[in-house]
Amino acid sequence: MKEKTYVDDVDRSIYDIRNEEKDVYRVQEGLDASIVEKISKEKNDPAWMTLFRLQSLQIYNELKVPDWGPSIDGLDMSHIATYVRPNTKMSAKWSEVPEDIKDTFEKLGIPQAERKSLAGVGAQYDSELVYHNVREEVAAQGVVYTDMESALKGEYADMVRKYFMKLVRPSDHKFAALHGAVWSGGSFVYVPPGVSVEIPLQSYFRLNAPGAGQFEHTLIIVDEGADLHFIEGCSAPKYNVANLHAGCVELFVKKNARLRYSTIENWSKNMYNLNTKRAMVEEGGVMEWVSGSFGSHVSYLYPMTILKGDHSRMEFTGITFAGKGQNLDTGAKVVHIGKDTSSFIGTRSISKDGGVSTFRSSVQVEKSAKNTKSAVSCQSLMLDDKSRSDTIPAMDIRTADADIGHEAKIGRISDEAVFYLMSRGLSEEDARAMIVSGFADNVSKELPLEYAVEMNNLIQLEMKGSIG
Amino acid sequence: MKGVDQKMADKLLQVNGISVRVEDKEILHDINLEIGKGETHVLMGPNGAGKSTLGYALMGNPKYDVTKGDILFHGNRINEDGADKRAKDGIFLSFQNPLEVPGLSLSSFIRNAVEKRRGSRIRLWDFKKELQKEMELLQMDPSYAERDLNVGFSGGEKKKTEILQMLMLRPELAILDETDSGLDVDAVRTVSKGVEEYQKTRDGALLIITHSTRILESLHVDYTHVLVDGHIVKTGDASLIDEINEHGFEKYLDLLKQESETGR
Repeated sequence: MKEKTYVDDVDRSIYDIRNEEKDVYRVQEGLDASIVEKISKEKNDPAWMTLFRLQSLQIYNELKVPDWGPSIDGLDMSHIATYVRPNTKMSAKWSEVPEDIKDTFEKLGIPQAERKSLAGVGAQYDSELVYHNVREEVAAQGVVYTDMESALKGEYADMVRKYFMKLVRPSDHKFAALHGAVWSGGSFVYVPPGVSVEIPLQSYFRLNAPGAGQFEHTLIIVDEGADLHFIEGCSAPKYNVANLHAGCVELFVKKNARLRYSTIENWSKNMYNLNTKRAMVEEGGVMEWVSGSFGSHVSYLYPMTILKGDHSRMEFTGITFAGKGQNLDTGAKVVHIGKDTSSFIGTRSISKDGGVSTFRSSVQVEKSAKNTKSAVSCQSLMLDDKSRSDTIPAMDIRTADADIGHEAKIGRISDEAVFYLMSRGLSEEDARAMIVSGFADNVSKELPLEYAVEMNNLIQLEMKGSIG
Repeated sequence: MKGVDQKMADKLLQVNGISVRVEDKEILHDINLEIGKGETHVLMGPNGAGKSTLGYALMGNPKYDVTKGDILFHGNRINEDGADKRAKDGIFLSFQNPLEVPGLSLSSFIRNAVEKRRGSRIRLWDFKKELQKEMELLQMDPSYAERDLNVGFSGGEKKKTEILQMLMLRPELAILDETDSGLDVDAVRTVSKGVEEYQKTRDGALLIITHSTRILESLHVDYTHVLVDGHIVKTGDASLIDEINEHGFEKYLDLLKQESETGR
């Protein structure tokens, strides 16, 4: 009775499913112009993209790795094969997807998720889309949902060229430059003016090959008065070799449009997740982020919203769970440019078993942003004495009439609350898991049911242990 | 031999000479107490006498260290059992200050606990019906079922929620720690109605910890114990309650003083 609970490290076996590599093509492990050219040629890029990649590579070579966040010393770019392709072509039918790949996806629950009223599935296996299916009724509304490679060459090629890496430029930081040079895969979504997509579109990414980076690019344009919910779920198998994820997400929310972008990221615990996400919101537009960060060894993730148009709004709801050996540096950024704009950033973070969770926020109010409202709230829960939680809020306010709020709370699970739940028959483990799940409900109640259930399962998995 | 076993079984709870320490301080000294099936016991005493400590120790709060003596439930020693095990075996503690758990709805919490107690799944429909019935009895707004456990509940609502859990979990022994404190007259009446229901329809035993007597007015009481300064100094029947109401605890404090002077 008096003994303390030992909460075991996560059993990630469900998520760490690995297939034998059967890749037909794999570039050598370093990164130079010849590799980038090879990738470009292999992908049959238009000429401007080849040039873009080479320019990005040059910027990549000039920029330094960030020196302000968690250490990424374990990352050695000269040993990361940047591009891996599975031996299958794009497929529109589930039955045509190879058995071993299908098996892995099935274990991750993708077909079930699709059955449950999700509009389309774009599942990425290594660097290429292997399965892609957009429900007919969505396509009938004029909504374009396709992989980036197809978008680059198809009907919307000009639109892609106009927007691609204009919001996140390769010069932003070293990993944005890397992304520009070697990006591969990802989704392109265009919602025409006034179209309201009733069911959420979803995309499921995962990494498979050891030592392979993943650099998928997501470009979403929600045109005037349109409405979209896009869900991205990530999960990766576990390997000993350091893995890198440097994806890029660019979201354009036009006048009076609304976009909700939900992600549950669940990377394996050797992953360096250096992802860049950014949204530009025009007049009267609404951007909503729902973000769950699980897994990975190190994460740098601060989705940014630029409230460019007057009366535009953003809301960011996030949860981060840092367990043993994890250093997750997450948060959100917002730039107010338009008048009467408002932002709300509400995050929760959990750290356990020596995990480090850092919340970073940045609120920038430009001179033009009269009558800005902004509130930042961050709550942290530390599950033991070994774990750590930090809050680093930054604010740069250049107007006199801004209404700005910030609150941060750091706490622990109270022994009395655990005893209270146990006195009703719940085990200590269940009691703690329930308290932690409850703490994470800011995100789970914003997610569609099946994702909320999956997130809850993830938390239960993270909390699993034994009494004794 | 058979006769002895029978007698043991009638004794739901036996507390044999326990002392309880919190951190470095011994709060309870050599407590003896026996509660039979369906009996209602009242534990009275001035503030700081150690009444709540006894409740926590019986429920198995790890901060309350039983340094000496045995606690038997159904004749089995439970000193080493965790609170969850004791709850599943049929002990319940109504908290004086129920804790708030954000993000955990009252109904899913109770359903989870009921399933643990009964050891089987319960159909959602059946559960909801049962919960609704008990909430009606306690004059609780049905919307509370979907609210986060105790979050933003008033003092009275929290206490009703405790009694609701008791009715749903159907323990064999319920310890009510100051369930009547901080409640207005109407709320006390509603809460005692719930307790009466438990007494009558569940044949549940009760240990009612209180320093007032309002909750006892409509309840049948079998035994009354007076706890002063960590000692049970007197045990009697229901009439002891009236006596304390009239004369307070002073007499017992003096009694204890004398005893310690004579080298007890």
